This record gives sequence, C-alpha cells and structure tokens, in this order.
Amino acid sequence: MQLTVWTYEGPPHIGAMRVATAMEGVHYVLHAPQGDTYADLLFTMIERRDKRPPVTYTTFEARDLGTDTAALFQRTLKDAYERFRPQAMLVGASCTAELIQDDPAGLAKASNLPVPVIPLELPSYQRKENWGAAETFYQVVRTLAGAEDKRTDDDRSARGHPPHSLPECVDELANRSRAGRPSCNILGPTALGFRHRDDVAEIRKLLGEIGIDVAVVAPLGASPADVARLGEADFNVVLYPEIAGVAAKWLKRTYGQEFTTIVPIGHGATTDFVAEVRRLAGLPEEAAEAAAGPASNLPWFSRSVDSSYLTGKRVFVFGDATHALAAARVATEEFGFTLCGLGTYSREFARDIRAAAETYGVEPLICDDYLDVEQAIAAAQPELVLGTQMERHIAKRLGVACAVISAPVHVQDYPARYSPQMGFEGANVLWDSWVHPLVMGLEEHLLGMFRDDFEFNDEAKPSHLGSGARIAAEPVTVPDTTATVSPTIPITTHGWRSEAEAELKKIPFFVRGKARRNTEKFAAERGLSEITVETLYDAKAHFSR
Amino acid sequence: MTGAILRPALPGPAVPAQGCAERPVLRERGQREVFCGLTGIVWLHRKIQDAFFLVVGSRTCAHLIQSAAGVMIFAEPRFATAVMEERDLAGLADANDELDKAVSRLIERRPDIKMLFLVGSCPSEVIKLDLSRAAARLSERYSPDVRILNYSGSGIETTFTQGEDNCLAALVPQLAESRAETPQLLVVGALADVVEDQFARLFAAMGIDDVRFLPPRRARDLPPVGPSTLYLLAQPFLGETARVLEERGARRVAAPFPLGAEGTTLWLKAAAEAFAIDPMRFRAATAAAEARARRALEPYHAELSGRSIFFFPDSQLEIPLARMLSRELGMRLTEVGTPYLHRQHLAEELALLPEDAQLSEGQDVDRQLDRARAARPDISVCGLGLANPLEAEGLTTKWSIELLFTPIQGYEQAGDLAALFARPLDRKTRLRV
Repeated sequence: MQLTVWTYEGPPHIGAMRVATAMEGVHYVLHAPQGDTYADLLFTMIERRDKRPPVTYTTFEARDLGTDTAALFQRTLKDAYERFRPQAMLVGASCTAELIQDDPAGLAKASNLPVPVIPLELPSYQRKENWGAAETFYQVVRTLAGAEDKRTDDDRSARGHPPHSLPECVDELANRSRAGRPSCNILGPTALGFRHRDDVAEIRKLLGEIGIDVAVVAPLGASPADVARLGEADFNVVLYPEIAGVAAKWLKRTYGQEFTTIVPIGHGATTDFVAEVRRLAGLPEEAAEAAAGPASNLPWFSRSVDSSYLTGKRVFVFGDATHALAAARVATEEFGFTLCGLGTYSREFARDIRAAAETYGVEPLICDDYLDVEQAIAAAQPELVLGTQMERHIAKRLGVACAVISAPVHVQDYPARYSPQMGFEGANVLWDSWVHPLVMGLEEHLLGMFRDDFEFNDEAKPSHLGSGARIAAEPVTVPDTTATVSPTIPITTHGWRSEAEAELKKIPFFVRGKARRNTEKFAAERGLSEITVETLYDAKAHFSR
Repeated sequence: MTGAILRPALPGPAVPAQGCAERPVLRERGQREVFCGLTGIVWLHRKIQDAFFLVVGSRTCAHLIQSAAGVMIFAEPRFATAVMEERDLAGLADANDELDKAVSRLIERRPDIKMLFLVGSCPSEVIKLDLSRAAARLSERYSPDVRILNYSGSGIETTFTQGEDNCLAALVPQLAESRAETPQLLVVGALADVVEDQFARLFAAMGIDDVRFLPPRRARDLPPVGPSTLYLLAQPFLGETARVLEERGARRVAAPFPLGAEGTTLWLKAAAEAFAIDPMRFRAATAAAEARARRALEPYHAELSGRSIFFFPDSQLEIPLARMLSRELGMRLTEVGTPYLHRQHLAEELALLPEDAQLSEGQDVDRQLDRARAARPDISVCGLGLANPLEAEGLTTKWSIELLFTPIQGYEQAGDLAALFARPLDRKTRLRV
C-alpha cells in the first residue's frame, strides 16, 4: 500500500475516458461500481464540456455482487448501443470491476454488436491514467486503422511492393511534395489535456504556414472513420508522447510513417520542430530558416534589460516528462534560470529525464509520491517552482513562487482565452506566466535594501500579486529532518548564534533558505560547532567563487 | 421530566388530508449518476477538526476525493488514501502489514491527529479486507493518543451522504454511557457551525439546556448516550446512525427536517413537545426568528412561486427540500428523485408533500434525463456531471452538492436556502450573451 495525499494521475480507465470523450462517434461502456461516475465531472466541470462524456457505467452495488454482474454488463452494453448508436465501442473495467473478473472483452464479443468493439485491458493496480490513454489510443488505432492497413498491404503486395521502408518513403514524399502539399496527422491531444485545445490550433496554424496540410487530428475530434484514414498521411506529428507514442510507433511499423520527436514547447524547440517537420515532409532545408517565422516575442523580452534580474534564479521543474523536459530547456536556455531540480511522475519516460538531469547537473527525481516531491523541493530551495497543481500546494506551503506547466491541473488552467504552450505563441504564454509569480525587479532590490518596511517586507506577498501575507517566509522544516528552532536561546539549531541568525534574516527571503543551507554545509565541512556572522560571510565568499 | 418523555406527543401541525405517505414511488434501477460515500469526507474532515480520514482503496478513490474537493484545498488536507497495489491483492496478511505501515507513516507526519477513520472502499470491500479488525488492532497500538475507527464509504454500499451516516454510526459505540436521570437532547447530523450555534441558543431559550451535537467539533468532545437520550435528526440520511443509537437506548424525536421557516418550527416543536416545554415558552423562544425567516422568504416567493422543479437523486435531502420549496415558496414539483427513501424517518415530510408530486427512488439516469427533457422544468437539481450538459440543452440547473456545503438549516438560513434556487433563474435573466 502506498500512502497517497495527492495523486498525480488518475487510474487508467480515466485515460481511456479521455480518449473516448475526445473522439466523436465512440462510446465507452465501463464496468464500475456506483460512484465511479464522479469522473464525468472532470469533463463537465473542470474542462467545462457541454455534453456528458460518451460513457455508460454499469454502477453495480453490493446487492448486485450476489447476482450476475456479467449479465448486468451485457445488458448495459446492449442498452448503450441501442441508445447512442456509436460507430465503435470501447469496453473495459474499473479497478473494482477488475477484481470481480467478469471479462468485458469476452462478454462484448458474445454480444455480437454490428460495430467494432474494442476491449481494453487496463491493469488498475499497476498502471495509471496516461498509460491508460496511450493503451486505449493504441488499441483504437490498431483496430480502426488496422482494417485500412490490411487493404493497403494487399494492394501493395498485388503491385509487388513490400510495405515501404524509410528511404523509399522519403523519395515518395519528395515526389508528392512537387505534386501537392505534404500532409501529416497530429497525434496525442485528448479531452482533459493540459492546453491541448490551443496547442492543436497553434501547431495546425504553424504547419499550414510552412506548407503542410493536416490530415487527421486524433484522438481529439476524430471519428472512427477519421482514424481509419490515419495511414494516408505522409508522416505523424506526435505532440504528446505520453499518449500517442505507442500508436505512432505502430503506425511507423505498419505504414512506414515517420513521426516527430521534438515537442514544440519554447522558442528554440519550436524552431527545431519546424526543421524536423520540414525534413519529414521532404521540404527543402535551405528555406527552413525563412519559414520559421513569425517567431515569438520571447527572445527579445528575455534579452531586454528588465529581465537581467532573472539570471541564475533557481528553478525546480516537475511534471509529466514531456512538459518537464521542455520546461527545463526553456528555463535554462531562454530565461537564463539555473535548474536546481528536475523530475517527473511519468515512469515510462524515466530514462529521458535521467539523461536530461545529468546534462543539467541535477539529481533526477522519478517519483509519484507527493510527499517525496515536497521533500525534494524543500531541500533544493528553489526561487521558482514550475510544476503541476500539486506543486502549487507545496510551493504555497513553502512560500515559493510557482507556475503550472503540466497536468494535473484544475479548472483555472482550462482558460477561456487562447493560451497554448506550444509554438511561438506558446512561448509568449510561457514568458508571461512564468515571470508573473516572481517579485518584480525594483521591488526585489528594495526588499534587499530596506528590511523593516511595515508594508513591503518578507512576510508580504509580492505587491503586484495583491495584498496579504505569504504563508511562510521560510520553508517549513520537514518534520523528521530537523528539530524546531527556538529564538530565545543564544545558540539555535545547527549552532546558529542569535546574531548570525539575525544577520541571516537580512538576506532576501527567496535566497535565504539557500544561504542557510550553504552556511550550515560550510560549517559542517570545517567542523565548526557554532555559526557566527563571520561564518555566514565566509560561507558566502566560499560559495560565490 | 422523565415522565414527560413517556407522554404521548401533543397533536402535531395540521397535516393535509392527502399527503404523500401512501403514494406509489417509481423505483428504478440502471446507471446511477451519484457520488459514493467517500465524498462525505469532504465536509466531515472540516467538521471534526482533529480527525483524519484514511481511505483504504485504489487510485480511483484517491482521485475521486481529490477531484471532488482536494484540488480546491491548498493546504495540508486531513484526508489521504492508502492505495492498494498489485502485491496487496496477492495475499491478505500482507495487506494488513502494509496498512500498519501506512498508518504509522501518517501518524508520524500528523502528530496532531486524535481520531483516525479507516474508510472502506469498493476494492477493500470486494477483497474483504477486514478494516474493523485492523482498526481494533491499531487502536491498541496507538491508544490513548489516537482512537482508530472504521466505516465503509464504498460506492457499492453507500451513496454520497450515507458516508456521513456510516461515519457517525461508527462513532456511536465510542460514546460514553449517559448516567443522567433527566432526558438530554442529542442533535444528530453534521451542521454548519453557525447553524449549530443558532440551534443551541434556541433550545436554551425554550428551556432545553442539556443539548449536545453529533458529530462534535473535536474528537474529545463526544457526547454521552443512554436510555435518557432523546435524539433529533438534523439530516434525513442517518438511518444507520439512528439504528445504533436506538441500540444504546436512545429514542428518536420524530420531526420533519429543519429546512425553511415552517420546517424549522416543526422540528423545534417536536423537541419542545418531547421535553414538555410550555407552548407559550416555545412560541416566545421561536416566534421572532420564525417571523424573520418568513419575511426573508417573501421576495423569493414572488420569484419562485409557480415555477416547476425536478430533483435528480443525490443526497436524500430532496424530499425535505421539495417540501420546503412547494409549501413555503409555492414551487411546483415535477419529479422528486432520492437515492434512498427511509419511510420511517421521512414520514412527517411525506405527509406534508403535495399529492401530485411524483416520487422516485433509485435511478436509471438516461431514462430520468428523458423524463426531465419532456417535463422541461424551470429548475433541475442535479449533480455536476449533469448540470452543464443540461444547461447546454437550455434547462436551468441548480447543482445539488452545494446544498451540503452551505448553511441551509434553521430560521436565519431560510432566505439563503431560497436564494440558492432563485440565483440560477436570476442569472438567466441577467445574461445577455
């Protein structure tokens, strides 16, 4: 058992719901106990959808367990088909139904419905939401695009062609691009995805500008018929590897469609993405530079002198692997921050995060335990946390600035306004939203100079964020690591003399935690039993070298 | 006074000749669009401030509580989930060790916890993890600092507010035996603090001094119970709690629920009669507040009178609310759905319902939606899963969970309660987009 205060991902059947709800003409019959319909409100409230998700639940109760729950499932399936007449159906079990083992797959087969029925095997006690979405999308693509696949294979073998290999594919593309515009699919956006709506719009626009048509966007907005056409495009754009990675690999094996590996979050990544897409589309390289515009405002904003105080600000990044990796690059290369932590809850992408963490010289954090993430952030003493909704809880507790870069998110991160994370407009959005929570430059200087202002002080929130006190000016010590600090005795915890403690308080709050830790480290390395004002400044000089 | 409680109750209020008591109820089975009992944690963890709720369940359970409440709470929550994993399902002995570990990690982290509820869920019920034995075992280890109790909030056994019922029922065996000679009043059901204080003042004014509330605000303040206890239900969903209170010798004071001016008066009056309070004194204590409540309702009567309302099942508050809205605000009832109908506890309510109200118990959500679309009520009271989709179809809705999160009981809240139903209509007339 794992003690879970907050969970980063829901169970895998939520992932399946995200795919079903994203699509048109698909219905999902979920074997689940009464109460699991709470998931509907994720879509109707948090994402503010105006329709019920296309999901029918069996909602069995205790009294049903004594009877035939399998028959209940079959009845529900038939009724759902009759009422909604979908073009394809998904069937599966939630965690409790998984325990009673009614085999929705076999039961659905026995029901002989006149539409494709896609059984989902989602191990609820091992896997989580994104895995569930990826597996569901893969099964949908395999089943619905697979029919197409067979025909194409037959056609090809009739013409004496094996399914084409990569070089041949590129040749073909080069030919086609002369005839008409190359085309691609956009894979990965789902319901309840973090900014998926606007990312798709932004990338579709970008692709259009560089002369590439979008054939199918899936699963968001796609019908089973659209999924059947996936094989017709020249290549695939994978926006969210957590969701579309598996399906994209299958499409590559089956149709020889290459897929993009760069996720266009940030100015630099978008530029690289444009180059990659042009290569996959067989468009001439030399034009890439010209076609990359209109670029974002980020480079100029970041170079303008107003931003120089951002240099070296310590930032902790946590989220799903895609957004965390992208944020790490943007934070370091485009904002000039220093990365002091990088982590993800996406275990499937642990290797990528480890590799990236090594290049940034930080410890990778691969973890879905909220309490461990909290501990890691407290230890890293960042000035800014880029994370999920959960990191907002942590940052609030620790009194650190925070911006949201990844799901899980709540209703305020499904905004009415256009707010992509991807593409050049996405880079503009990132700029504004990451800088916003930080104390502004002049205020930061003044806080460093005048400590005792009754209005603008450490205890106060940055004044551009409205009035009020911050929750804690200094990180609360994690219970099992240190004893409580008592200001009344001359030597406080870790040997701080009271005048040194007072001097420490003169350091601006957002770097104070780091200064405290460095001084203690410095003292410990030299075997000093007490920390004086001198020690504090010795440590400062030592670490500033 | 002891003799007084044995006396037959004074004649009640004028009951309409034809109430709802004997009328047929549409019973339906099918997909139910309701919360499970775990959701009760969302308000219970704030009511009992030093209690902690540890759900033993799956990631779905953790996700439910988080989605229903957690994402809005930017603070250390007083609930968590011990998420069962593959290896816990392999063998039961192991699961108990794992649970002990989770509990010890939790208690280390939160030394301020005085009472810990192990809350059962569908997965833990299906694999028959014996949480009551686990609670007893852990109680031994952590007593006297932490009291560890258990109840089920699983969807297969409980619907939404029934989670509170099971939680309070789990508290009842913990209550000290009352040795009092004279009757004491116990008000049962979690109420907003402000409402609780108002009721305490009203009871004091009418001369009932010994009044306690269950649940208390702190775990150490558990009220005593015994044969001298008369209990008054403040909420309609407390069937199991009432049963175990009766086992401890307590007796129920039958009353409609304290919603609206009339409902509150009838509720208080039932207590006054059980305690043989002089009717003059009762009127003196309540008349001003009742008049104030009626005045507060007047403007809403003008707005809501004649409007039709449709209740989807959610909390079991539907019937008392329908009674209040029809009698005090003149609303027309189309269908009043309830997840579960406790005939005995609702007898006084049913008697006051207009005879043309269609009652339904249980749910087949798609068919019920068809009925709502056909009836096109002026207001549909429903859960958040249905509210926006119905709005998009042009129906005005009032999301029902808010009725559990807002102080609605008592005289001073009667106007606020009416406002909750008037607001969606008011909004509709304001918006020009």
